[in-house]
Amino acid sequence: MKPAHHLDDSTVLSFAAGTLDDAFSVVAEAHLSMCPACRAAVREAEALGGEVLDALEEGSVSDACRAKTIAALDQATLYRLPVAPPRSDLPPALVRLLDISSFEDIAWKKKAPGVAMCDVKLPAYAKGKLKLLRISAGRAMPEHGHGGEEITLVLKGAYHDHMGVFARGDVADLDEDIEHQPVVGPGEDCICLVATEKPTRFKSLAARLMQPFVGI
Amino acid sequence: MLAAMDQSDMQIDREKQKQEAHFRNLMKRVAQSHDRQAFAVFFDHFAPRLKSFMMRKNVSAELAEDLVQDAMIAVWRKAGLYEPSKGSVTTWVFTIARNLRIDRIRRDVHMPMTELGTYDEPSDAPEGEELLGRKQEDGLVAQALKSIPDEQRQVLLLSFVEDMPQSEIAQKLAIPLGTVKSRMRLAYGHLRRILETRS
Ligand SMILES: [Zn+2]
Repeated sequence: MKPAHHLDDSTVLSFAAGTLDDAFSVVAEAHLSMCPACRAAVREAEALGGEVLDALEEGSVSDACRAKTIAALDQATLYRLPVAPPRSDLPPALVRLLDISSFEDIAWKKKAPGVAMCDVKLPAYAKGKLKLLRISAGRAMPEHGHGGEEITLVLKGAYHDHMGVFARGDVADLDEDIEHQPVVGPGEDCICLVATEKPTRFKSLAARLMQPFVGI
Repeated sequence: MLAAMDQSDMQIDREKQKQEAHFRNLMKRVAQSHDRQAFAVFFDHFAPRLKSFMMRKNVSAELAEDLVQDAMIAVWRKAGLYEPSKGSVTTWVFTIARNLRIDRIRRDVHMPMTELGTYDEPSDAPEGEELLGRKQEDGLVAQALKSIPDEQRQVLLLSFVEDMPQSEIAQKLAIPLGTVKSRMRLAYGHLRRILETRS
């Protein structure tokens, strides 16, 4: 099944320019690995990058740089495509970070009844946060606006809100002022990969989720 | 205001077609026979532009030349992987340079930039994608870039050249983040429309 909900065009452009924060770029890449339509969109945006590069004024390159480059060709081995990681239900971009190969290996931490989370560690300079979220079958998430930028990719199961049904591969790349109340379908837990801005000015995702349960 | 382009505005750019055909030919010589002369011609065209591309955000001339060298060597090593149907040679060089710039900044082995092509399956390539390289050669993407309003082009240049995230662009231009996003969407939508008129 090809995804029905896609990356926002502004996310596609920023991904192509290479300026997305790491947390968001992992989620975008995970979606891209499942979505030929968005891969085509990124390629179009990269074509803009190509034209921009083509139109740049020429910097002066030293003779030494040219000579070193040409001398280095002797040692340069031909590039080989990396061996594809074993097939997994988890997107490659996530497997590389977590070093696990299946949903069963995720180290969940219970946050509230029906809500479990797993932080995905990013390099220190990453500005955003990345986490896996598991919501139990049949459970409604608290209604929440996005107090900052947020992008969510469904990896397993499905939820629905006023935007429609979000199943595996679908991404919710929403403006921060959109309020929604996702409800997980019956029968299967829903696992999502969520990138958020670091909770400084905003309540953390955890706090927002736990709000109705623990009354904070 | 979006400049509406009618068909008559869209001249096929013969010069661009010739240049791309030349680059493709050089790439083939590098890939098939490790032709150093072809590589040198390639270097003399791209290295100066790559130097400008790398000289951003406190990058010293020395590091910029290091990155130029790495990018050009990557071109040599990867020449055989270039697929004309998925974009022009210039775009391919851009993605190599962009990935190097990110990897040098991130310096993290767990997060190397992945080539989009590794996710492609032969069966699911949409028709339009096959034509992208061709359309770019015809100068359509360059025309899209030229015909958008300045405020949209500025946001693209800050992204692609200055390496600025959306939030930094918003700060620099003193406009809301939502405005940065909407300018990006408009610019991209304009490109889409131009590409679609020639599908
Ligand atoms: Zn998509």
